[in-house]
Amino acid sequence: MSELTVTLMRFALLALLWLFVLAVARVVKRDLYGTRVIPRRVTAPPASASAPSTTPSRAERRRAQQAAKARGNLPTRLVVTDGRAAGTTLPLRESGTLIGRSPECSLVLDDDYASGRHAVIRFDGTDWVVEDLGSTNGTFLGQERLTAPTRVGIGSALRIGRTVVELQR
Amino acid sequence: MTAVGRWPVRRGRTVELLLILGAVAIVTLAWCNVTEAIHGTLPADLWIGVAAILVLTVGCHLVLRWRVAYADPLILPIITLLNGLGIVMIYRLDLAHDRSFAHGLALRQIIWTAISVVIAVAVLLLVRDHRVLRRYTFLSAAVGVLLLLLPLVPVIGRSVNGSRIWVGLGPFTLQPGEIAKVVLTIFFASYLVRTRDALTVAGKRVLGLTLPRARDLGPILAAWAVAVGILVLQSDLGTSLLFFGLFVAMLYVATERVSWIVIGMTLFGAAAYAAYVLIPHVRERVELWLHPFAYTRDPHMSDQVAKGLMGMASGGMFGTGLGLGRPDLTYFSESDYIFPSFAEEIGLVGVFALLVLYAVLTERGLRTALGVRDGFGKLLATGLAFIIALQVFVIVGGVTRVIPLTGLTTPFLSYGGSSLLANWSLAALLLRISDQARRPVPAVPPAPAGRDVTEEMSIR
Repeated sequence: MSELTVTLMRFALLALLWLFVLAVARVVKRDLYGTRVIPRRVTAPPASASAPSTTPSRAERRRAQQAAKARGNLPTRLVVTDGRAAGTTLPLRESGTLIGRSPECSLVLDDDYASGRHAVIRFDGTDWVVEDLGSTNGTFLGQERLTAPTRVGIGSALRIGRTVVELQR
Repeated sequence: MTAVGRWPVRRGRTVELLLILGAVAIVTLAWCNVTEAIHGTLPADLWIGVAAILVLTVGCHLVLRWRVAYADPLILPIITLLNGLGIVMIYRLDLAHDRSFAHGLALRQIIWTAISVVIAVAVLLLVRDHRVLRRYTFLSAAVGVLLLLLPLVPVIGRSVNGSRIWVGLGPFTLQPGEIAKVVLTIFFASYLVRTRDALTVAGKRVLGLTLPRARDLGPILAAWAVAVGILVLQSDLGTSLLFFGLFVAMLYVATERVSWIVIGMTLFGAAAYAAYVLIPHVRERVELWLHPFAYTRDPHMSDQVAKGLMGMASGGMFGTGLGLGRPDLTYFSESDYIFPSFAEEIGLVGVFALLVLYAVLTERGLRTALGVRDGFGKLLATGLAFIIALQVFVIVGGVTRVIPLTGLTTPFLSYGGSSLLANWSLAALLLRISDQARRPVPAVPPAPAGRDVTEEMSIR
């Protein structure tokens, strides 16, 4: 009886040791495959946002925002994070947001290093795209000077002259 | 549409608690197995021991919950299991040598575990942020070297079994080299994070290797000299190998240059050959490594390697069962030779589980190094993880005849207060760094992009 107990304990010990190793491996696994894939459903349009009532294009903007939200993770606004105009925000419009020194631009920059019509951010149907309009000093995405229309997403930072503009949700 | 995101950060404290309870359950089963196999009863000592381990580790877990909430959830359970199994094996050898629990080594190991856990908790609470350790670059170097030299001081230094690595004050003995390894890792990490730019960039290419400049060779030569000094003055091959290996590994991690490994290996090879030629003690070890069974009848040579091999062979795949083998026939079966003791009684299947646990412990250390955001933390975590890995390699490689046997302790498993103390503090530092590594980053406003900042580096 005692011998049987000892033999049972002996093998139970080995089994438990390896069970412990497997339990540890489960925790390690979570680190190795630390990402997950989230399926995205098209969300219902949100309750009417309290948009500012002064601008004439309010309905248009709200439609654009709602469309953007429905499409998922796309930026909806432009924020100037550095330069003289730092702190300025303006919503992205599907028709295109023109950036430059010229007063006709949507975002008018008081920046000696920016061209009159410097760059444009427009919507190509699926993504927001930034295009340099032949500016003198160039448009930079990170460290790279843009030579062709380039897709941008949330968090993309554009440098135009001495101004840095960021796309945000 | 789909998107890829990270899992939300889990602190893992509950997982940790469950794993600790599992580890204590395994230790309890192992202990019951020992007493059941030897006595056929379950004496009271067992429950005292198990209760002590449970209280200490759950206490440590509660401190983590309270102060280090994001620490890695695997480190503490793994060392609980290793430390607990070590105590069980020491208890088992106590029984084989007819030592009672009150006067045996197991009780002393439990007391040392208690002291080590208290010190580890103190380290966790005192070092709120591992980066403060960076301030003590040269202080830690001085303390480390001082600790290494301490056994050579006439009155307090003790020579045990041919190695002068002990310090004794009355009945209280300590191996300061064990503590020095943690202190020197702090020094290496903070020194290398300061100088690695110069070590990486400067130098000329010869035969596809970027050789460092002569002045940058200084530190590695100094580390080599210290390692050789330990070898000659204290005839402690294991510790000198550990320090030199640690320094070369950290240099490689810091600079990503293979030339350091080539240089390090060459220097080590030269030193090892010189030691082989000059020191009889080392020659004997190499001879026993190559021909362990040739000298079993020679009274002047050790048959420890041979006995260890015979023990492991008799254990086979599943082992003889705890309490049913004869690991007590080998000398130092509770310290240097605890690994063959386990191999004999829990077999290949059992010791492979132990080796996997060491591998995971090292992986958690390296994982911490990947996650933490400052260079010093990265190097420190790498160094600490590497110490565990190298120590296991040197001792397990030594007893299984992969390399010549050198005396090193098996981390957490083998009998020895200084080793436990140093390894628990090492684990505490890893837990602290892993807390920083896993803690979610507080939301910071994005840094303006595209500003051309040229980084400065000091080439001295």
